[in-house]
Amino acid sequence: MIAYLRRHPGALPLLLLAPAIVWLVAFYVYPAIQMLQASLWSGTLESGFTFSWANAETYSTALGRYSEQFLRSILYAGVSTVVCLALAFPLAYTIAYRAGRYRTLLLFIVIAPFFTSFLLRVLAWKTVLADDGFILGPLKSIGVLPEEFRILATPAAVIFGISYNFFPFMVLPIYVSLEKIDRRLVEAAKDLYAGPIRAFQRITLPLALPGVFAGSLLVFIPAMGDFVNAELLGSVQTRLIGNVIQSRFLVNNDYPTAAALSFMLMAGILAAVFIYARVLGTDELETGIG
Amino acid sequence: MLRWLGRNALRAYTGLALVYLLLPIFIVGLFSFNDPVGKTNYTWVGFTLDHWANLFAIPGLLDSVVISLRIAFISTLIATTLGTLAALALVRYQFRGRPATSLFIFLPLATPEIILGASLLTLFVAIGRPPFFPLNEFTILIAHVTFNISYVIVTVRARLAGFDRRLEEASADLGADGWQTFWRVTFPLILPGIAAAGLLAFSLSIDDFVITNFTAGRTITFPMFVWGSARIGVPPQVNAIGTIFFMVAVSAVAIGSFLQRKRA
Repeated sequence: MIAYLRRHPGALPLLLLAPAIVWLVAFYVYPAIQMLQASLWSGTLESGFTFSWANAETYSTALGRYSEQFLRSILYAGVSTVVCLALAFPLAYTIAYRAGRYRTLLLFIVIAPFFTSFLLRVLAWKTVLADDGFILGPLKSIGVLPEEFRILATPAAVIFGISYNFFPFMVLPIYVSLEKIDRRLVEAAKDLYAGPIRAFQRITLPLALPGVFAGSLLVFIPAMGDFVNAELLGSVQTRLIGNVIQSRFLVNNDYPTAAALSFMLMAGILAAVFIYARVLGTDELETGIG
Repeated sequence: MLRWLGRNALRAYTGLALVYLLLPIFIVGLFSFNDPVGKTNYTWVGFTLDHWANLFAIPGLLDSVVISLRIAFISTLIATTLGTLAALALVRYQFRGRPATSLFIFLPLATPEIILGASLLTLFVAIGRPPFFPLNEFTILIAHVTFNISYVIVTVRARLAGFDRRLEEASADLGADGWQTFWRVTFPLILPGIAAAGLLAFSLSIDDFVITNFTAGRTITFPMFVWGSARIGVPPQVNAIGTIFFMVAVSAVAIGSFLQRKRA
């Protein structure tokens, strides 16, 4: 093999890539194709499934039946993305420009939630936001809030949970793009008599936009697939498309409907990612993950 | 005036943001010392060390932790190996289709976990025979390697980008062959990047719930145990174990960055 590589040095990168690519084709691409096929199945897990193009009506049936959950997912994911953006930008700005020697520590705290179990974090918010918990309880007893006021089991709780879970994905790319900005541009703007607000509007904000877009995508995509926050913090009225997919697959064994819903979700998201990657490249997205 | 206000408002806001980020972690730890009445552990009753003393008194909890550790260990090993090789190829060599390969490797990261899990489930059901069906620890392992490969590639590649190729040239000038140069120069230098990627893969695997939920069948990993007990009430021991995981992860990161600083 070494002799072969000496004669064909161009083969080495392909050889290094091959195991990872083969794995991803076998367990990422092929399952996706399999899922497309499963969406055209009919039958049950017990009696076995049969494939037919005639089953394509599963798509329209599923879309009609679960359009409410689809729309709710888009709404919740959208609101969560906006909430994350509003909360993350000032924090990323502080870390990039005002943190001094605390910068590394602050960045570490931003990712610290990832070191605690995801489910336990969601359940911890259930404790904090509880109807008689240590936030709502005292506010109710002094009469600021009416006795029947609640956050848990409302859309607000689900959106809150989703925003918390994906918050770091918004902070990191914005931080990276702010940090890259040449501060002399801001000084130049001030030399040209721009006030701090105007300098921010005309220099800092436009240059931070790639990070804002990347962060928004990194929050919106996982938020579209959420079912854990909706299940643990929400109620029957806050069921998302993720909850439907999860229960169709794992409770009802209704593979065709679940696969059709998953496929529509994936197609929508991949279209968004492709458009994004063509316009802006994948670099900014990867800084949020790596 | 405006500047003073801006600076202090930002400072106060940052403080609040940090509380927001850390509060759930604190709550998880705090409620491992709670002495709840009944099964639910949502309201503070009183302080006790009982749950820490009887960490594995809950049936099935120890097994779930062992299964999670085993899957995390093996999937990290496989994903880190495959991912590091691929990252080397992507950073070191120009070849046709490199941008397309990069985009392809990025796709699993941009796919919601529920879709990754659901599509693997359909694959395993369609295969319909062992070792893929019925679902088991092996199918969880396949799923974890799948989502970890891309994370490893992205992490190692980012670390490789700042690599000084002249060190390898110096090694070659001193008469080392390609193999010696790789093991004595390249590998030790990229090892911190590989270790960081491995740590990330391990923590993603041990905490994964969504994809595991679809590929586990009857196997109960630690997150599956938490999910299962969430309806009836999570025992405080689960909080204790979550806190231990947190401490171990934070220590690993702290030791890692300390060692790297010392070398630099």
